[in-house]
Amino acid sequence: MSKQERLLRMTGQYLLLSWIALIFVFPIIFMVVSSLKPDLQLLRDSASFRAFLPVGDISFENYESAFGRAPIIRFLFNSVLITAVTLLCSLLVCSLGAFAFVFLNWFGRELLLTLILATFIVPFETIAIPLLMIVNSLPWIGLDGIYFGWLNSYQVQIIPFIADALTVFLFVQYFRDLPIELVEAARAEGASWGQVYRKIVIPLSGPVLATAAILKFLMMYNNQFLWPIIVVQEETYRPIMVGLQYFFQLNTAWGEIMAYLTIITVPVLIFYLTLQRAFIASIAATGVKG
Amino acid sequence: MATHSPLKLHNRSGWLMAGPAFLLIFTFMILPFLMAFGFAFTNQRLISPNPTEFVGTKNFEAMLGFSFLTLEAELQSDGSIKRNSQGEPIFPRLRSFTRNEKEYPQHFRKRDWFFWEHEESKRTYVLVADILFMKALFNTVVFVAMVAPLQAGLALLLALLINQPLRGINFFRTIYFMPVVISMVVVSMLWRFIYDGQNGLLNSLLDMFSFGVIPPVDWLGNPSTALSAIIAMSVWQGVGFHMVIWLSGLQTIPGTLYEAAKIEGASRWQVFRYITWPGLRNTAILVMVIITMQAFTLYPQVQVMTRGGPLDSTQSLVFQMVIRGYEKQDIAGGSAISVFLFLFVLSISLFQRWITRERK
Repeated sequence: MSKQERLLRMTGQYLLLSWIALIFVFPIIFMVVSSLKPDLQLLRDSASFRAFLPVGDISFENYESAFGRAPIIRFLFNSVLITAVTLLCSLLVCSLGAFAFVFLNWFGRELLLTLILATFIVPFETIAIPLLMIVNSLPWIGLDGIYFGWLNSYQVQIIPFIADALTVFLFVQYFRDLPIELVEAARAEGASWGQVYRKIVIPLSGPVLATAAILKFLMMYNNQFLWPIIVVQEETYRPIMVGLQYFFQLNTAWGEIMAYLTIITVPVLIFYLTLQRAFIASIAATGVKG
Repeated sequence: MATHSPLKLHNRSGWLMAGPAFLLIFTFMILPFLMAFGFAFTNQRLISPNPTEFVGTKNFEAMLGFSFLTLEAELQSDGSIKRNSQGEPIFPRLRSFTRNEKEYPQHFRKRDWFFWEHEESKRTYVLVADILFMKALFNTVVFVAMVAPLQAGLALLLALLINQPLRGINFFRTIYFMPVVISMVVVSMLWRFIYDGQNGLLNSLLDMFSFGVIPPVDWLGNPSTALSAIIAMSVWQGVGFHMVIWLSGLQTIPGTLYEAAKIEGASRWQVFRYITWPGLRNTAILVMVIITMQAFTLYPQVQVMTRGGPLDSTQSLVFQMVIRGYEKQDIAGGSAISVFLFLFVLSISLFQRWITRERK
């Protein structure tokens, strides 16, 4: 192949790659750009390439009115709180469980692990209604003593999602590849199981902790929709996804909706773009052994 | 001194450490799952003055019941076919069959879903007990049957494109994957505007690129395009996810195989056909299973974009389940759909197991 031919081919490849890239980014650019425009201009611009350019009457007015329509700061705080607490608890509970499944020999180990992994194929949507009945009858200790029913609370959005089959599975896979000799040596020197977990296994688990954290983050922050609609009626505990309902009926206020969508999405996108290698690696990890 | 032996039992430590994870999964996954199975065979409602009763498979019969009814065109007294002013044959009214419990108990209270014509003047109707469920089932199956090959195929093409040693390829990979990290709820809301019939971006773009030849379409408001619009958007959102899984599969194929093929002078197609594709067999099964399981639970797109409409053309199983179990507080009916959906998903994952076993 001559140098010219190679150059031509490479240009073609980059052109193709760029065209495809446009397909993936155009809705996102449209969303962000539109959030800065007044409705009338937004509609006019959508008929030309101006739809993708921040030109004309640019302002943060849509954001102001969106903040006026719904307690967005509160919703965002709720989403972040619920996601963060669930994520931290999940890493602890699932890694501890996986540790026991991989390194300890105990009665019921095989059965329990099989049961946990079997729930992998149960779609959440199919258990939402009985789950509602369960959380509605569970006890909780509040400021004024013990009461029953978890509706309208943070815990109803956190506790049911702490443990899941995928996270346990990721840790089990990772722990199985760790050198067992390290654990055996520590045990021989008299370390307790708790010490082995804390001082040997967890310090070696950076990659799997990152993978599990990223997947859990995406599962939690992005999917707080069906369940909160069912169990949370009070604004105090509502996550940001459900807040979208305030804007459902506004078919005309495009700019305002775009502003709200941008507020939801931009934190995730920034997070993704700074850690993109880790994000992609964590998705790849779910596919390595299947 | 304690020694680590694979035979020594550590019951207390084991249960203590695995206990929390198991207890949580049991309470919030396994128990509700068993309850859904139970409710599906009762007449449970959220609030009801009457005690809950066991009703056997009645919920499933009410959901899945169907019958066939063949009608012949009405005849005039001289034996020729009665026709209306447009010259079409006139058929007896369906209501006389579906409202007549004594003579036609098998058709009672059923509704016609579709029919086909045969011979000259015969029509066979498919009557179903629960037309909304049937439409939801049909749409869900269409959704899965379209999304699975489209998404898997496009994702493989993207993975092959990205798997080249080009400068800056990482940038393109990052872009293609971007929609995956955005919530389906946000994506659905955003695409409502892109698909809008009057000022939608898609119509404007099509108009621009076709120089005005393609007329504007109300993508979500038209029963013949609404489901396709949801399919296209879902593929756009999820294709990057599967591209990454294909990529990790591609990277497990040893480079020496490609070098050998190069020495032998294999064409690009031969390399793909005899090296890449066989090396991707397990990845292919995994991708198909993940897509199928995700696609069967089609819900947020429908909830945000169409709420099942127009004319029930985007009803889905999970959407119907939520409507029945939650909005109509018919827990038994919602649970029956859950069980049905679960058995569907289970059979797919068993099928996957069977395929992977066979080849070992």
